[in-house]
Amino acid sequence: MLPLDIFLSAMANGLMMGAVYALVALGLTLVYGVLHIINFAHGATLTAAMYAVYVAHAMLGVDPYLALPGLAAIFFALGYLVQRWVIGPASHGDDSNILLVTLGLSIIMENALLAGFRSDTRSIDVPYGFSVVEVGNLFLSTPKLVAFAGSFVVAALLWLLLARTDTGRAIRAVAKEKTGAALVGVRVEHIYAVTFGLGAACLAVAACLLMPTFLVNPRIGNAFVLVAFTIVVLGGMGSIPGALIGGLFVGVVESLSGLYLGESLGQIGIFLIFILVLLARPTGLFGARA
Amino acid sequence: MLEVRDLVAGYGGVPVLRGVSLDVTAGEVVAVLGANGVGKTTLNRCLSGLIRPGAGSIRFEGVELVGQDAADIVAAGLIHVPEGRRIFPNMSVLENLELGSYRRARPRRAANLARVFSIFPRLAERKRQFAGTLSGGEQQMLAIGRGLMAEPRLLIMDEPSLGLSPLLVEEMFTLIARIAAEGLAVMLVEQNVVQSLDLAGRAYVLENGAVAMSGPAEALRRDPTLMTTYLGL
Repeated sequence: MLPLDIFLSAMANGLMMGAVYALVALGLTLVYGVLHIINFAHGATLTAAMYAVYVAHAMLGVDPYLALPGLAAIFFALGYLVQRWVIGPASHGDDSNILLVTLGLSIIMENALLAGFRSDTRSIDVPYGFSVVEVGNLFLSTPKLVAFAGSFVVAALLWLLLARTDTGRAIRAVAKEKTGAALVGVRVEHIYAVTFGLGAACLAVAACLLMPTFLVNPRIGNAFVLVAFTIVVLGGMGSIPGALIGGLFVGVVESLSGLYLGESLGQIGIFLIFILVLLARPTGLFGARA
Repeated sequence: MLEVRDLVAGYGGVPVLRGVSLDVTAGEVVAVLGANGVGKTTLNRCLSGLIRPGAGSIRFEGVELVGQDAADIVAAGLIHVPEGRRIFPNMSVLENLELGSYRRARPRRAANLARVFSIFPRLAERKRQFAGTLSGGEQQMLAIGRGLMAEPRLLIMDEPSLGLSPLLVEEMFTLIARIAAEGLAVMLVEQNVVQSLDLAGRAYVLENGAVAMSGPAEALRRDPTLMTTYLGL
């Protein structure tokens, strides 16, 4: 057995990474829950957001945390516009078309980023990149702690929006009863676009929280989205608590399997558990029973 | 208040409405009767902007509604309580009602909520419950309550008695009569001929996508051809 301290620090690292996974999964599950489509452009959007953080820092000298509110707003607006004037009109109300349109968008975005930034892996250098906080015997990376806390704040804000505002109620109404929503005067296309924008904004926040300790290349988003898909299925498609708890769980599993099986096999644990969940409880931990 | 002229509509080239004209004036209850498949629901979907008619006009308080979207029509005060209720099953009764005032009458949400709860005390008892767990009759009350939350100028009710037990049908018509007695214009679209004619001042009978008979409810009730026309014999 490994010493307890190492185990605990792996747990803590897993939880911190898991919170960011949760944030990525949150955007995915929200869009799935309301529009009933898998957004294949989710990964490319995350990559684009990470490059946006990179450009803001490297060229404009803006700290990632300071860039967060602005980038979240910009990505919300971009998500809104893309859904309202590209995905929506191009899909003609057919879900399989939406799937293809988002897939096409992801290919365009990835290749545009590849053309613009080359395939080099890049990172940013912030003064607090390696600073740590001492908790008991554990040394926790400060930017990762910020990412952990930041993810929870975003999840809480999202929950407040959905539970307490009329826009949030309209989002939940459209998710289950489109015609009923239209008949109380909800503009369904607008709500779709708002939801898509929220999904993109989640990614912008995730990118700002990730970049101080992470790197970016034109395909980086896919690594996250594969994990996020697992989390969404694990937690139950469309479930927000499911995404949050699933994200933390997957982060811990990945970190612990990395500890016991070796770093390169870290993700094996995730997929083992994923297969077990699919066999035992296909609707996910928080999914509605069929 | 509502003037429908020569309305033609259908789905994918199949005509359902073949030139329907009807009127509802302020404060009256008008029944639109007809068997299954004569176009009653299509008529309602045109009126509330869910589908666009092929031809004809719908004027509501002097404004043309054809071409406006559903949200604008709600804002104008034409509120449609749809067939099949279309409540939000994943949300509480209270939230369903609150969303009723999403587009219209939002500043008076609290007062209207109190009014709806006084008309339907059962909804007040169940306000924290998920709407999907309500019985059929309660869901119908919720759908009507949600419509009232928008302070309708004209309320269209599509088959409010559908799928309810005879006792509940009786109760539902009593409640609708009570709402109408407050001076609200109601267009009641029903298969339930006898009870609808008791409630309405005037009625239209649709057959095969067109108005087959119309007139005061009193006269239609005594008309021996109503049943044969209505049953399509």
